[in-house]
Amino acid sequence: MAPLLTFEDLTLGYDGHPAVHHLEGAVEAGSLTAVVGPNGSGKSTLMKAVAGMLAPIGGRVVRSGLAPHDIAYLPQQSDIERGFPASVLDLVALGLWRRRGLGGRIGGGDRAAIDGALAAVGMADFAARGIDTLSGGQLQRALFARVLVQDAGLILLDEPFNAIDTRTIADLIAIVHRWQREGRTVLAVLHDLDLVRQHFPQALLLAREAVAWGAAAEVLTAGNLATARERIAHWEDHAPWCGAGRHAA
Amino acid sequence: MTLNEIFLAPFVEFEFMRRALVGTTALALSACPVGVFLMLRRMSLSGDAIAHSILPGAAIGFLVSGLQLLPMTFGGLVAGLAVAVLSGIVARSTIQREDASLAAFYLVSLALGVLLVSLRGSSVDLLHVLFGSVLALNDQALVLIAAIATVSLVALASVWRALVAECLDPVFLRSVSRVGPFVHLLFLVLVVLNLVGGFQALGTLLSVGLMILPAAAARFWTRRLEAMCALAIAFGLAASVAGLLVSYHLSLASGPSIILAAGLVYLVSLLFGTRGLLAGRRSVRHRIA
Repeated sequence: MAPLLTFEDLTLGYDGHPAVHHLEGAVEAGSLTAVVGPNGSGKSTLMKAVAGMLAPIGGRVVRSGLAPHDIAYLPQQSDIERGFPASVLDLVALGLWRRRGLGGRIGGGDRAAIDGALAAVGMADFAARGIDTLSGGQLQRALFARVLVQDAGLILLDEPFNAIDTRTIADLIAIVHRWQREGRTVLAVLHDLDLVRQHFPQALLLAREAVAWGAAAEVLTAGNLATARERIAHWEDHAPWCGAGRHAA
Repeated sequence: MTLNEIFLAPFVEFEFMRRALVGTTALALSACPVGVFLMLRRMSLSGDAIAHSILPGAAIGFLVSGLQLLPMTFGGLVAGLAVAVLSGIVARSTIQREDASLAAFYLVSLALGVLLVSLRGSSVDLLHVLFGSVLALNDQALVLIAAIATVSLVALASVWRALVAECLDPVFLRSVSRVGPFVHLLFLVLVVLNLVGGFQALGTLLSVGLMILPAAAARFWTRRLEAMCALAIAFGLAASVAGLLVSYHLSLASGPSIILAAGLVYLVSLLFGTRGLLAGRRSVRHRIA
């Protein structure tokens, strides 16, 4: 299969310190990949760069045959203003943004798509509920409905199952599998390694650099995981400037 | 005293009361919904700081040309926008928390503004700038307020969906569109415009009151955004009428009366609103699911 995403010598970071360092590799179209690694290993940063929200400080992300609007990005839950007076319907309708924009009318077909998405995540009765009344699990179901409404070819999920009960995780994992059957490409940042082994064929173990990338069973070995932890344990404010990489002077 | 004498006669008999009513009505129509978004974005304190920062700008206009509407408005507009943008930059790019930066800005603004006005003006001029003169709105001032209200309502309607998205889930909006920062900036401009408009009637210190108090009161009654904006406008209008009437009958300062009326609406809502302090205790019934 052709790669949908290619990382060419990709370096991402803040204030000159790399969060992702000289990453090379490709994500196949239609693949289901878990991105794992210790806290601070650059997983969320990588997601933001793929979503086009963060410019690389070196190298590039090549999106082959992927229009910018064909990406759905589910950020971490903590970014949502739970106190805002919006209903579940309002939240899910945001998924129409690429197609309807600032002024486009949200018609009957759109409403049907939203209702279908809410039904798929088991929230059919909740359209009119205020988002401030939802539990963490219900909110995450609603956010998955928003991704469904976005109807994108590449789906990025950043820690979608944090602090979510097992029943909800099972339901949402079923949606992830549905996406894969529909030929969509899914990249998900995850912490639960058992979940990755059970449900994700591919895994990328990140610790600023790619420690391992390939079939999940081969990536998630005790040796690789120890290497990843070791690499992240050190932080130097005045580390020497990096001279490696294709584009180094 | 008949109802007619209490509620209608002051407006029928005196042109300055009618002008005050028209001015505060236009203000409430635009400042109250802007205030709802200001509150929901947790920027009430920013509104306060921006309102204070209008003072030195208006004072420079006053120094140059005396108590003239346009120079003072223009000065206030420039100073308000500068502080609105600066406080955002300081909060984002320094270790200082936004609330401390805002406090610093408005303390300096207030001191500078009072100093500038007192360089040339009397204490009457100072009171006029600080607390406005809703009973002395001339044609120019009314046109300015009406123009600001019109621009604000058209702008709010045009970017409504983006403004909601920017408040609700800014990271998501950034992932699908680049409008977020522009919408935020436009919103700051609307805040400054409405504060400058309110400054004619209510003064730099109190104009933020008509923006924040009705919005904060409306939040105790509904969890629908549209209803919250409508209710805030209704509260703002009611407070304006009540404040004007009370100030007329009891010979009280009119600007503060309007803000106190809005404060009363807030207090009643805080206590008795359907989402207020006492709401949880009133009902012992609950549904089975």
